[in-house]
Amino acid sequence: MAIAFTVNGEPKSVEAAETATLLDVLRNHLGLMGTRYGCGLEQCGSCIVLVDGQPAYACTREVGTVADRKVTTVEGLGTPARPHPLQQAFLDEQAGQCGYCLSGIVMSAKALLDRNPAPSRGDIVAALDRHLCRCGAHQRILRAVERAAATLRNGGRA
Amino acid sequence: MNARPLPASLLDNPRLDRWIHFQPDRTVRIATGKVEMGQGVVTAIGQIAAEELDLPIDRVVVLSGDTTNGPDELYTTSSLSVEVSGGSVRLVCAEVRAKALERAALRLNCSRDDLSVVDGQFLQNGAATGQDYWTVAGEIDLTQAVTGAAPVKPASSYRVVGQSVPRFDLPAKLSGAAFVHDVLPKDVLHARTLRQPNRGATLASLDEAAIRRAAKGELQIVREANFVAFVSPIESVAQAAAAAAPAHAKWDNVRHLEAAHQEAAWLKGQASDDRRIGAWPAPATPPQHLVQMTVSRPYIAHASMSPSCALAEFRDGHLTVRSHGQGMHPLRKNLAAVLGLPVEAITAQHLHGAGCYGHNGADDAALDAALVAMRIPNRWIRLQWRREEEFGFEPVGPAMLVTLHVDLDERGRPADWTTEIWSPTHVQRPGTGSGYLLASEALAAPPPEVAPFDPSEERGGGGTRNAVPIYDVPAHRILHHLVVRPPVRTSALRGLGALPNVFAIESLIDDLAARAGEDPVAYRLSILSEPRARRLVELVAERAGWASRGPSGTGKGLGLAVARYKNRAAYAAVVAAVTVQETVKVDRVWCVADAGLVVNPDGARNQLEGGIVQAVSWTLKEQVKLDAEGIASRDWESYPILRFSEVPEMQVEFVDGAGNHTLGVGECTVGPTAAAIGNAVNHALGVRIHDMPLTRDRIMAALLKA
Repeated sequence: MAIAFTVNGEPKSVEAAETATLLDVLRNHLGLMGTRYGCGLEQCGSCIVLVDGQPAYACTREVGTVADRKVTTVEGLGTPARPHPLQQAFLDEQAGQCGYCLSGIVMSAKALLDRNPAPSRGDIVAALDRHLCRCGAHQRILRAVERAAATLRNGGRA
Repeated sequence: MNARPLPASLLDNPRLDRWIHFQPDRTVRIATGKVEMGQGVVTAIGQIAAEELDLPIDRVVVLSGDTTNGPDELYTTSSLSVEVSGGSVRLVCAEVRAKALERAALRLNCSRDDLSVVDGQFLQNGAATGQDYWTVAGEIDLTQAVTGAAPVKPASSYRVVGQSVPRFDLPAKLSGAAFVHDVLPKDVLHARTLRQPNRGATLASLDEAAIRRAAKGELQIVREANFVAFVSPIESVAQAAAAAAPAHAKWDNVRHLEAAHQEAAWLKGQASDDRRIGAWPAPATPPQHLVQMTVSRPYIAHASMSPSCALAEFRDGHLTVRSHGQGMHPLRKNLAAVLGLPVEAITAQHLHGAGCYGHNGADDAALDAALVAMRIPNRWIRLQWRREEEFGFEPVGPAMLVTLHVDLDERGRPADWTTEIWSPTHVQRPGTGSGYLLASEALAAPPPEVAPFDPSEERGGGGTRNAVPIYDVPAHRILHHLVVRPPVRTSALRGLGALPNVFAIESLIDDLAARAGEDPVAYRLSILSEPRARRLVELVAERAGWASRGPSGTGKGLGLAVARYKNRAAYAAVVAAVTVQETVKVDRVWCVADAGLVVNPDGARNQLEGGIVQAVSWTLKEQVKLDAEGIASRDWESYPILRFSEVPEMQVEFVDGAGNHTLGVGECTVGPTAAAIGNAVNHALGVRIHDMPLTRDRIMAALLKA
């Protein structure tokens, strides 16, 4: 059946079963490959996207439940040529190694900064604790979120 | 001019055009056989090329892991990429630069000595000439073999090497498609597998009708002996089929394991291939002051964030494979051997995957995809492992048991030292004679079983890696029991045997210091004459405020350890600060490393940090669990790794090593980090825990025993 929702600000309609996962629909129907499969079990956070601004596990979220809602993926933030301040902060801190976990982490960070523009280190840790990073880039990632928060508080200017 | 000895990569790939190509868009393509796994090697190699060619870094494009256009440099392993591939690229670029300037001098009718290169432009006595690499590229014969005779730049003149150039690959990874997983060719078919439970198991029956009902969509079942794949244009259909399949498959000749097999202690007494290395025979006189210690670590998963994935297409007799494996030339040869194709009929190209930290399922997934592609030609096949398949069937880092027998002199210093090691092999990489691509064992004619062996001592050893103490020990010898039939497939994991061996050595050294009534740093320095290691111990102790270290047994601990990776790569000294209540919390880690000339300081620091975090995770939390059917820890709940809330603060730095040549850095922190934690826990509790991981149960048991 046709399911309509907004993805990164654009209205979309996809022909998919309501029980199809949002991850499957984003990648295989809409060609948005920045949201990644890690475990399919809500255990690693690689697939986190925003649904109406809240972090959601795309690997288990049924697409029928996002009808008429707003979904934001990492592609909705920015591009290599025009990165979002969060993406720029991750580049400035070189916050990542293999990068597989980063798009999910960036989305959780986006949700955090949207609701709390001046998070403490503890707030950031709490917001990201559902995410796994196997390369050990955690401290750089925490610094990047702090840097992005400062940039955004400064009106988007670094 | 005398040619210098060439690195192995240049002996194997002597033609310049295997390494360098001037492209019409005024970039230069540098090819390397080493691949990017998140360790920043592609950027570092780009820096080396830009430096020797005097090009801006944005004129350099690095092609990595390509059997058509790049060199064969075997696997990307052992912290050797910058030393070996980078060293090769440096010589190639120096030679091409010299050839280009010769051609330009001819054109300009001037002396070669009048020319210089600035930002890729050729200047004559400082003035523009209109000549550059691209104007003369057509006149340089790049089919020639490298001689190694062209002078390379002195390190003192470097302006790109030694700078923290941002990683080339990170922007794409932060904004969208970036991995082999993200490539969807037109009309791609998705595939998943049903895995043979173990070598020798045979598929007695497969209820295909039940699997088709569960799949709920268009499905092809590819079956070849004991290899089964589920293929569909719809990814979720292939996934559903594979998820349902194990319940509908009956296997004969299934091997049954026991949970006890998961412990390192099980290794002792198993059949082994024994080797003696070092100062044998042992002294005939009985030891005067014998001290013994046994430590262990269990099987460890690579636990990559992405399940293994590969793309394959068989068209017009040619197989093209895209993979995140650690070596594309070896993969091509290994696929040719299994599939019965000539090597030239296969192209293998590297695309990014998640970090692997050693030999995981990446190569195996490539064979899986190729097997399906051979059966369904003219279509791209995208085969991805399931999460439980990645945990359940990747080769794991071997468990190890290490016993030290050390005889002391009258001053409590080691006089005679025997290291006894029990370990399965650390390398079963396909194509090295030590192992196979996984699915080959499921085919009608599986390859013969191999007798396992470890990397040679010349290559740093496997179970014996870092078994030789860095300290002044008059006589050292190793008895290595290579356990030949481990319960699970084992292969390379970051650092190989370095972590348990450094853990053993540095734990014992702390105990010997206590026995002598001396401070652990002072004791170390009294038996450490290696100047580069001494300097690191002194520095890291200063950084961590070692002088004000508190008393033992307070629940707060500070521990130190030092090692030189492989006894020949980078040096690292680490101090860990821990708080031990019911569990161990690593609060802070200080690390000082010496890697000689560091090509990309921030990238190298990232590697030190990553090694520290991974080692904290291994030391505190990780163990592969077994049950009757094999690996039982098949998700992140049964195989927990370190989280954001558990990661220590870190302070890492390199000492200025510009006067010394570059040493591989990717694995140098894992051993010292584990050992520093062990020593810190000992300091916090007043009791030593010898078996990793240092879990709550082990802390309780140690305290009860004390």
